[in-house]
Amino acid sequence: MIRFALAGMLSRKLRTALTAIGVVLGVSLISGTYVLTDSITSAFDSIFSESYKNTDATVSGKTAFDTTSDSAGGVAPPFTATVLPAIQKLPEVDAADGSVFGEVQMIGRDGKAIVFGGSPNLGYSVNPDLPQFNTLSLVGGSWPGPNEIVIDTQTAEKKGFAAGDEIAVQARGPAERMRISGLVEFGEVSSIGGATLAGFDLATAQKLLGKTGRLDQILISAKDGVSPQQLVDAVGKVLPAGTQVRTAQEQAAADAEETSGFLDFFRTFLLVFGGIALFVGSFVIANSLSITIAQRTREFATLRTLGASRRQILGSVVLEALITGVLASVAGLIFGLAIATGLFNLFDAVGFSLPNNGLVFRTRTIVVGLLVGILVTVVASLRPAWRATRVPPIAAVREGAKPIPGRFNRYRPLGAALLAIAGIALVVVGLFVDGLPTSTLLVMLGGGVLLLFVGVALFSSRLVKPLAAASDPVARWSVVTLTAIAWPVLVLSWLIKRAFRRTAEFPRVLPDGPATTIGGQNSRRDPARTASTAAALMIGLALVTLVATLGAGIIKPFEDAVDGIFSADYAITAQNNFSPLPPDVAAAVAATPGVSAVTSVRGGQASAYGERIQITGVDAAAPALLTFDWRSGSQRSLADLGADGAIVDAEYADKHALSVGSQLTLTTVTGKALPLKVVGVFRPPAGGSPFGNVTISTPTFDANNPQPLNVYTFVNLTGGVTAANTAALEGALSTFPNAKALDRDAFKKSQTDGIKSILNVLYVLLALSVLVSLFGIVNTLVLTVFERTRELGMLRAVGLTRGQVRKMIRHESVITALIGAAIGIVLGLGLALLLAARLEEVAFAVPVAQLIVFGVLPIVVGILAAIWPARRAARLNPLEALQYE
Amino acid sequence: MIGTEEPTNRSTDVVQADELVRVYGEGDTAVRALHGVSVRIEPGQLTAVMGPSGSGKSTLMHILAGLDKPTSGSVRIAGTEITTLGDDNLTKLRRQHIGFIFQFFNLLPMLTARENILLPLTIAGLGADPEYFDALVARVGLADRLTHRPAELSGGQQQRVAIARALASQPTVVFADEPTGNLDSRTSKEILHLLRQSVEEYGQTTVMVTHDARAAAMADRILFLADGRIVKETGRISQHDILQLIDTLDLQ
Repeated sequence: MIRFALAGMLSRKLRTALTAIGVVLGVSLISGTYVLTDSITSAFDSIFSESYKNTDATVSGKTAFDTTSDSAGGVAPPFTATVLPAIQKLPEVDAADGSVFGEVQMIGRDGKAIVFGGSPNLGYSVNPDLPQFNTLSLVGGSWPGPNEIVIDTQTAEKKGFAAGDEIAVQARGPAERMRISGLVEFGEVSSIGGATLAGFDLATAQKLLGKTGRLDQILISAKDGVSPQQLVDAVGKVLPAGTQVRTAQEQAAADAEETSGFLDFFRTFLLVFGGIALFVGSFVIANSLSITIAQRTREFATLRTLGASRRQILGSVVLEALITGVLASVAGLIFGLAIATGLFNLFDAVGFSLPNNGLVFRTRTIVVGLLVGILVTVVASLRPAWRATRVPPIAAVREGAKPIPGRFNRYRPLGAALLAIAGIALVVVGLFVDGLPTSTLLVMLGGGVLLLFVGVALFSSRLVKPLAAASDPVARWSVVTLTAIAWPVLVLSWLIKRAFRRTAEFPRVLPDGPATTIGGQNSRRDPARTASTAAALMIGLALVTLVATLGAGIIKPFEDAVDGIFSADYAITAQNNFSPLPPDVAAAVAATPGVSAVTSVRGGQASAYGERIQITGVDAAAPALLTFDWRSGSQRSLADLGADGAIVDAEYADKHALSVGSQLTLTTVTGKALPLKVVGVFRPPAGGSPFGNVTISTPTFDANNPQPLNVYTFVNLTGGVTAANTAALEGALSTFPNAKALDRDAFKKSQTDGIKSILNVLYVLLALSVLVSLFGIVNTLVLTVFERTRELGMLRAVGLTRGQVRKMIRHESVITALIGAAIGIVLGLGLALLLAARLEEVAFAVPVAQLIVFGVLPIVVGILAAIWPARRAARLNPLEALQYE
Repeated sequence: MIGTEEPTNRSTDVVQADELVRVYGEGDTAVRALHGVSVRIEPGQLTAVMGPSGSGKSTLMHILAGLDKPTSGSVRIAGTEITTLGDDNLTKLRRQHIGFIFQFFNLLPMLTARENILLPLTIAGLGADPEYFDALVARVGLADRLTHRPAELSGGQQQRVAIARALASQPTVVFADEPTGNLDSRTSKEILHLLRQSVEEYGQTTVMVTHDARAAAMADRILFLADGRIVKETGRISQHDILQLIDTLDLQ
């Protein structure tokens, strides 16, 4: 039987390959994801191990609680530089060096801040006298002296700088011009994403970063014979409060923690899309196998008459699937390397450069890829294989003997409906029952959607006839429209064909009556087959619709929130739209002539009730430019904050039973306990609040944060938004190239650009699933053409032209795609409606423009999918087709 | 060999059917294909079943071979009642006792002639007796065609492969369903000769459904069916007599 399965597959190479494409693509995304994230991890690992290669212990500032560095004010506070000589004097210490680091922006020749995607702009002090601690290697020029800078080769190359040139640099204060003394690279890492590097001598770095007399980190190496732990113990004794000492290993682990948390999320995120592609692929496999098995009915029946048991039939089909799965998974693994490269480029293109130090292909990638690919293929083959066992032996002699229906066959529609309902129920329970752990929630949502898709796919054979009848005219006229658009090209190709060789049919635009009529009927003659072919596309389109609708649902309330809160003419933001800006920027804006009001919102972190929260600071000008939706308190409360006043959002107030007059204690990053009194409670807008849970006055904020930054600055000018005012603001910001002034619409757009980039990434990833379903349609059509060879020959014999055969197949293809799209779009909208009903941040907004695109997409998919099968069908020689047996 | 493992008595009838009734469909549209047919197939004989289209001859053969179940009545093959057997036991019975020859050959296109011939043994997990296999292949005249696939063989050669396949497991009875129905007259003659030889040389019990008088003339015994009943039974008679009989019985 093994030989039989193998020989069978070899004789159906094309069909087997088509069947496997879904698995190849799914596995390649999974393997690509692992390769990508492993490569990033390895790049980060080498960055971190590079950073501490000659270090045994580190000293750093200590925050009162764990902070995340991805938001403003989350960095550990610097500490006094006097710690360094004390450490250097210790007998256990061989060498110790202090450094400062922070965000340092370089400015290109065009006056714009140099940013590669959303990557950080790193600046730090370098000490060439202690090369063992220096992670930078000099590629050209020399190390920086006072007011000199070394920059990374990537920036130099892309922005046209060389050693000896001058470059503008900005950190906390206004931009300064510095001489480039040399070019550097980071250790042995070829790319650290799009990050830019700027190195200075210690004094220059301290001055730039506003850390004169202070240090961010001390790297220490031990004398021979001193263990890292002994070193840590010794250093610990001389450390002042607010600092901590760790072994280099601990420090590297702490540094890696944040990136690994992010990478875990990132990996899961991508794996989900690999899973989706595989899920869609499993439909393609199941469908292709079903069709193949239907076509092999006589073969299986003959085997039964020769004494093959049902188990042997099952075994041969599953074995075939197993082999297909192995081959497809191996191909997927290899293709995954290309996908990883593609993903690096994709993320680069949407402004999210990732560090890359060469592709890493781990054993785990191979094991998971093979396992998942094979498992999916085999599981997808089970139902078709079971059907093969139901082929009665008599089918060997009698044409048209149908597989014996199983006992539960008549419950199938009911079962499918129940499956779909169970899926919806799971999603609803997951969404609307409070207090479920996130993992349970995600499993319920994912499982629910999965069940829903399977249920709908199984049930949809009942919907095929009405839907096909409804799609028929749509398919006919949409193809006419698209043909009309492409007509000039078609005529040109016709002319070329005519000029060079044989006759070609003149491209006509109007639908071909006979061809489309037969094509339409073909799409209805095996509803189960049409339904499962359409199901694959349904899944892709449901998810794309869901994403688009949620995207619109996130953007709309966000824009509403901006309109509701911010009544100023202009907003000042960083060039990348999200980095917080130093207060000097706002001060420069305030000094601009014509400015009538400026207000800034400080952003940072603090801890209260034992958990980390976001806090914001507002200044005295806030009431004029910012509007809160007050539950208690009023705009005037904003001005009354004083030293201990606080405004909290309604949700936080409810959580901790706070109302006007309540006391709460905030622990600041520096570890100070700050007693506060609530003076107002506001309802945050649905689109996301720009304010933290607790808002205090700017003076109080600044007194408790070592390096305050503004997350928003809003400006009013006399005369409102005019070209002159815009120019005036831009003039004021010329010394802060990292800042820009945006009017309200531009601000809204800039803030939603990020969401749109994410949506684009999602579309690209989901496109893979749509691609898999496209192959599914190709597959069904090719198999159908095989099956209907005799019929096609007959049609040709009675006068259908080649062109008509092509149109017939294309019509069937477009109808199938439209059915999938119709069900998919409805499902996607339904799921989005459920999510929007639950999530306050998301409104239900129908993205009309996108839906029109998603309506055209299946037509294009249908046309593309039909090209090759239609060609095969048209090439059939009528005489041979009739003799085919 | 395989057949002798069972405690069957070759001297009794290898196939014994009693009062077979087969009704297709239900209610008004019900069609009665067999009206209580009883038949015994004797060992070592070639039995032909003749009759016009719709006479029920194919239905009878399908039921005798366990491919179809009668509405009522009993079929025993080598002493085993098969109408009540489950799929597993029926499968085992097929392996031991039944060989098939089809009108359209039903060879597996991806397997070579050798693999096709050995398929029943492979399926049953048995090895071939090389001596018997060589003799069989020589007998059907395929010695130089064993590595060819069906598509590379003529219709007659394909049917030879099918005959060798049916004989490979030395079954108790071979059922041949219009074995010459898809062949030209010269090839038909060769194939019929081969079937006749297998009966004479190996004592192979064979049941053949046919409407070809020349084929029936090779049989030791002929059953004439019309409207679901056996209307006539004869011993070996000539082609001419068969045609005359068909005429008188109005079986055209």
